[in-house]
Order: sequence, then C-alpha cells, then structure tokens
Amino acid sequence: MNAIDCRDLTKSYQDFTLDHITFSLPTGCILGLVGENGAGKSTTLKLLMNALSRDKGTVSLLGSDNKSPTFLQTKQDIGVVLDDACLPEVITPQELGKLMALTYIHWNQAQYEHYLDRFAIPRKKQFKNFSRGMKMKLAIAAALSHEAKLLLLDEATSGLDPMIRDEVLDVFNDFTRDEDHTVVFSSHIVSDLEKICDYIAFLHKGKLILFEEKDRLLEEYALIKLSPQQLAELDPDALVGVKENPYGAEALVCRAQIPTDFIPEHTSLEDIILFLAKDQELPQ
Amino acid sequence: MNILISNANDKPIYEQIYTQIRNQILAGDLQPGQALPSIRALAKDLRVSVITTKRAYEELEKAGYLYTIPAKGSYVAEKNTQLIREAYLTQIEEHMTQILSLATSCGLSLEELVEMLRLLCQDNQ
Repeated sequence: MNAIDCRDLTKSYQDFTLDHITFSLPTGCILGLVGENGAGKSTTLKLLMNALSRDKGTVSLLGSDNKSPTFLQTKQDIGVVLDDACLPEVITPQELGKLMALTYIHWNQAQYEHYLDRFAIPRKKQFKNFSRGMKMKLAIAAALSHEAKLLLLDEATSGLDPMIRDEVLDVFNDFTRDEDHTVVFSSHIVSDLEKICDYIAFLHKGKLILFEEKDRLLEEYALIKLSPQQLAELDPDALVGVKENPYGAEALVCRAQIPTDFIPEHTSLEDIILFLAKDQELPQ
Repeated sequence: MNILISNANDKPIYEQIYTQIRNQILAGDLQPGQALPSIRALAKDLRVSVITTKRAYEELEKAGYLYTIPAKGSYVAEKNTQLIREAYLTQIEEHMTQILSLATSCGLSLEELVEMLRLLCQDNQ
C-alpha cells in the first residue's frame, strides 16, 4: 500500500503556483523534501493535510482521501510538525500531555514521557520561554506519542544543534523499523536527508523536478573535474550541469556516460541537488 | 556478522553489503541455515535506505547465497556455498596455471614466485 498518493496536486496564488505535483510514497519509507525557500515545500505538506484547500488533483493519505469525511479518523494516525510549532504561549509540556490525551484516541503518555526525557525537555516551563530548538523537540515528542503511522514534518530539524538533529534522525530511523510507518520531512539540510531518506523529492518554483530513490540518484550521477578542452569534447547528452572557472570546470554527468579516463569525485546528494537546481535556471 | 560501509569507497552501498555478506558466507563465518537480519532491521541498523539492503539481499538470493521464506526472513543457503567455493578454487587453479606458464617463459623460479605472492599479500594487508 502507498502511504501517500498524490495526483496532479495544484494550488495557485497570485504570485506562486504549485504545479501538478504527482508522486506516490510506499509505506515504510522516509521521504525527504528539498527545495529553496518558497519552492512550495510547506504548501505541499499543508495541502497533504488539507489544511489548505487544493484547486485541483487528488490526495490520499494512508488510503483515505483527504477530503472524505473519514479523513478525520485517519488524522488520528498522522503526526504533524509544522515549521513553527503552533502551541499556546502559556502551555507547559506537562499540560500539553493532558491536552493531547483528550485529542488523540491512542495517546501514549509513557511514550511522551520517554521522549520528554530523551530530548531533555523541562516539564514545567511555559512554551513561550522555550528556545526554537526546544519548541521543535516538544512538537516532535507530541507527534511521536499518539501511535501515528505517518509523520509529516516541516523543517523539523532546522534550528536544532547537530547532536539533537542526529538524535531526531535516529528517532525517525527507529520509527520506520515498523514497515507500516512512514515519514515525510522537508529540510534545507541535505546532509540530513542523505543520511536517512529512502526517497528524495526536489521541488523548485512550485514544480516537482525530481522524485527518485536516493540510492539511484547517487548511482546515476557523478561529479568530475575536467579542463575546458575536455569539457568541449564531452558528449552534451551526458552533461547535467557544469560550473566553470578560468582554469577548468566541474561537471555533473551521468555515471554511465563518463569517458573512461575520468575518475569521478566523491559525489554527495548536495552536489547533485545544487547542479540540478542550477540546470533548471538555464533557459530551456 | 560484520558490515562496514565506507563512504570513501567508490562502490555503491548495496554492493558493499553484498560483497561483505558473501565473503562471510564463503569464509564460513555465516553458517548455512543461519538467519540473517531482516532487510528492514539491517537498513535501520546501518542507517542506509531500505531499498539498498533489499537490493543487496535480492542480489545475494539471485546468486544463490541465501534464500528467503516469505514473512519469516532470509537464511544462508545450504549447498551452494560448497559449489561456489569449488568454482573459486577452479578459477584460482586456472590463474595459477597461467602464472606458471608465464613464469617458465621468463625463467622465474618457484621461490621467486612464492616471494612475489608473499609481497603482494603483505601489500594487501
């Protein structure tokens, strides 16, 4: 079964259009959503939850259409963390637990306590006095404590220090040990995505440029360094993107079409995304 | 079972997993019938994609190193390991025959050959 089925999802604003986003995500996978500021990541996540009303297309989460009456039921199985954790200013983590117990049928207080301890969140501090990182951690703890099957997280790891980020990634990783559990998270920090994602979706100016298995991306593309002459001789079909300087060039090429005398550089996901994004800027 | 994944390695991750499990099966560190970790557990422990480990297991199964019982798990295959070892031995013998014929044509003694092999071994370690 697919955790997410999204077909031709479209939403128009005056100055921005999310343009026919289509993808399917199998359960048990982690999807990383990348894209520049304003690419449409948050809009997509909100549309998935039907927090924004779509203009066109279909969206179904965990097998249920997000505009159907039964979706309210499905929402019990979805944990959401938005960009800024929208919680009342004066609430304390302890009170939040009580509130959530009334909201979610499957609220697991022990689990919640476990995450409060794990993330070192003070139980009696008011939300307004929390740092950004702590707010995020609290929101993640709450999202993970109602036996959700699907987690949607918007920039959940940005603003966290590297240690906590790594810990949060570990939590996601452990969460998907169960093959019914699925995670979607958007991030600017591509190295985080590279660490744990199974799939990568790349949004650019409201369009889904790429939806691919992470491994395939890393396998398909490679970075090579070459001289201007070599660049001129390179098969243009093999070339995905190029960065030139007066003394040479750096090019992203399809691994299968690398001329035999080149040794590919160590290529990270970040390199690939940057080159692909740049490629989109060029007039077609 | 030991699996070390290196990012500095050119080889794709699934291939690194494939090779390391295969070598441990061939070396007898993993016994026939022994259960392997599930695809998902291995992926999560190694912090790689499930798709990666799935592919490694599929390749191992295709090559006959392991078999999978649906909804139970993957196990090291029984008889094939002996066959594969035999196949490797045959290959080594073929290479050695070639080495010998080359060595004879340039007048290399057996001691010198052994010395060469020893040096190569040390380099590899």
